Amino acid sequence: MSTATVTPPEVPQSIPLTLKRPRLPRWAPILVGVGALAFGLLLGLSLAWNVPGILVAAALFYVVALPAWSLVVENRRAAVDRLMTSLVWLAFVVALVPLTSLIWTVIDRGAPQINSTFLTYSMFRTSLDQPTGIYHALIGTLLITVFAALIAVPIGIFAAIYLIEYGKGNRLAGGITFLVDVMTGIPSIVAGLFAFSLWILLFGPSARAGLGGSIALALLMIPIVVRSTEEMLRLVPDDLREASYALGVPKWRTIVKVVLPTALGGIVTGVPLAIARVVGETAPLLLIAGLTTRTNFNVFSDRMTTLPVLIFTQNANPGIPPAGGGMAPGVATAWGGAFVLIVIVMVLNLAARVIGRIFAPKTGH
Amino acid sequence: MAKSIDVSDLNIYYGDFLAVEGVNMTIPARSVTALIGPSGCGKSTFLRSLNRMHEVLPGAHVDGKVLIDGQSLYDPSVDPVEVRRMVGMVFQRPNPFPTMSIYENVLAGMRLNHQKIKKAAADDIVERALKAANLWKEVSDRLGKPGMGLSGGQQQRLCIARAIAVQPQVLLMDEPCSALDPISTSAIEDLIHELKTDYTIVIVTHNMQQAARVSEDTAFFNIAGAGKPGKLIEMNSTKKIFSVPDEPATEAYISGRFG
Repeated sequence: MSTATVTPPEVPQSIPLTLKRPRLPRWAPILVGVGALAFGLLLGLSLAWNVPGILVAAALFYVVALPAWSLVVENRRAAVDRLMTSLVWLAFVVALVPLTSLIWTVIDRGAPQINSTFLTYSMFRTSLDQPTGIYHALIGTLLITVFAALIAVPIGIFAAIYLIEYGKGNRLAGGITFLVDVMTGIPSIVAGLFAFSLWILLFGPSARAGLGGSIALALLMIPIVVRSTEEMLRLVPDDLREASYALGVPKWRTIVKVVLPTALGGIVTGVPLAIARVVGETAPLLLIAGLTTRTNFNVFSDRMTTLPVLIFTQNANPGIPPAGGGMAPGVATAWGGAFVLIVIVMVLNLAARVIGRIFAPKTGH
Repeated sequence: MAKSIDVSDLNIYYGDFLAVEGVNMTIPARSVTALIGPSGCGKSTFLRSLNRMHEVLPGAHVDGKVLIDGQSLYDPSVDPVEVRRMVGMVFQRPNPFPTMSIYENVLAGMRLNHQKIKKAAADDIVERALKAANLWKEVSDRLGKPGMGLSGGQQQRLCIARAIAVQPQVLLMDEPCSALDPISTSAIEDLIHELKTDYTIVIVTHNMQQAARVSEDTAFFNIAGAGKPGKLIEMNSTKKIFSVPDEPATEAYISGRFG
């Protein structure tokens, strides 16, 4: 028996609760950013690197330096947080680089081409000194896309209504959903070949018309319209459908008067986005709508040029550059056409936002 | 115009699953009948079978008889849409139509069914329904505003106004106060008291005090265990159920010993 030393029962000491920890100052990321740029410049200039090299060096310095500083001053968790935040920002910036560069280049080279002649004359001319423009392609793009939308939007919306309101859980609906998913991925040239073969089977081997192009584009649009409409209809709460049924409203009328108006904002937002997706398609239109230098207002017969096809062909056959230097006339036209096309897509996207806001259900605030 | 409801040997299914078994009850006209019981015992399912809302879900079906004023609801020649015009329903969560104003929400039952109503008659219906739902004073100056802008309690009363604007024979209420605060609840209970002079009301509630306050008769549903069908245990006058129920299970539930 050893002498047991009786230790007095320990009074449970309350652990001092400190909320304060050393933190990096608020301006730390900016400071490190400036430091990183300085580092990149120093290294880059001394080793004669170009601008991208300097920027990459600066980014690497930033991603290493800020977490390191944080690890020294703060703690591990904060350092990991700084590291991840830096990486996310870096990824964002990297994603923006090609986008801004593309838009900048198109604006830089395309915008100067735009003038009233460029927008109101076609490529058709009888002597070399007459002015040319993209009017015929602009009209072609607008008409073909409008007809494509006229075909695809009703089919897409009705298909989505079937899938959500009638076909829930049945096998046909499952099959359609699967095929729609597959269709979102079909290459545009395949859609073009389908429309092309349909067209020549119907109207003979030499038939060309804008409407054939519309069919090809509609094939590409339908899955997008179905998808976006489906998502919007799914968002309409079942409560509303039941409220309507409980008032003795038949199903079809519930869909027309309650479900569709509630989802309208989203549905009409999806349409311009689907159009924006197909307005730049080249391959199917090259096949089936063909190429012409004249303005054709009739989608039902004869060839029709669209902007993407014009850009492609002008670029392929640029002509002779002017004697004093500068862009070949075809290249200039292609840049101008690309600029107009991008403006159209941007306008469609903005329109989608505005339309979505106008049709969204009002909350009364 | 209120009608009584006779239910005999009603079995309610979700696909192959028997959810409610062998219900026999008579719901008297112009009175309030409360359905109580633990969650999942089939009260709401039973309620939804009274206006054929049950079959809206895929695979859901019913056998047995439900007679309203002697007419069988589940007769093959009966149009469920007609049934729902006669038997209105108020849901657990307020669900005004978000695209419509307060005025249009009240008229939704007519407008959605494409009934032509003159402006004066429409104004009249809206005023009468909103007054009956105790909402007129609060919204009479903003009838054109969206129904979604109202508070939860007001939205629920708007839904009641919408349900009674079509003048149904029977009004089903599926936990109408469960999402509301005590003040709105009390407003709706007062409303139920007023409405029972004109309508047959069936209300599902989890709130025993509420059942005791508003109803003449109470039906207690119970379930033997998960996966088993719910059954009607006892239906009696509310006074009797809450003082001397016939079944020991009812007493156990009401006194809070289980469920």
